[in-house]
Amino acid sequence: MLFGRVRGTAICTIKYPGTEGVKLLVVQPLNKKLEPIGILQVAADVVHAGPGDLCVMVRSREAALAMRDEKFVPVDLALVGIVDELEVKPDGTFDYTVRRGNNQFT
Amino acid sequence: MILGKVVGTIVTTVSHPHYKNRRLLVVQPLVMDGDTPEPNEDFIALDNTQAGIGDTVLVNREGNGARQALKNPDAAVISVIVGIVDSIYLDY
Repeated sequence: MLFGRVRGTAICTIKYPGTEGVKLLVVQPLNKKLEPIGILQVAADVVHAGPGDLCVMVRSREAALAMRDEKFVPVDLALVGIVDELEVKPDGTFDYTVRRGNNQFT
Repeated sequence: MILGKVVGTIVTTVSHPHYKNRRLLVVQPLVMDGDTPEPNEDFIALDNTQAGIGDTVLVNREGNGARQALKNPDAAVISVIVGIVDSIYLDY
């Protein structure tokens, strides 16, 4: 599951059966610092997001499971949430390394 | 399952029904000593254990396991936090 910013909409006149009525949005995947990762992608929308919205997206088979009615559809990226508030600690706040021997976290 | 550190929290008012009443957290995977964390390896996970920022967690990153953990055979979720790690011992 990853972040994405909605950049626009994609309109298709001919769609695979079962995906009629599903809104397709053009999104830019982002990392935790909201920096772009890779190229623009198309995601199916189930939460009525709009251009400029920061969203939570889900990939692979689970994207098709996010669809409202037909769950056996060729969809591999879906918007499942609209982010209202995001708090991410900056790099350097935590140590991400595991060392040889005992690593106590609590 | 992978080991990661919770580095952020996400608040969503509009979300898919499968994500209701559970928190979404930003997780950064742990790396071996000497390696640097990859900048784009962070991901979002659904919390099933009351984890918080700074906790080291065990994350299931596979859809079928996530559906079992959430006890919902249709859940549109891939990453679920299934444990809070107290300590890790590495021999080599």
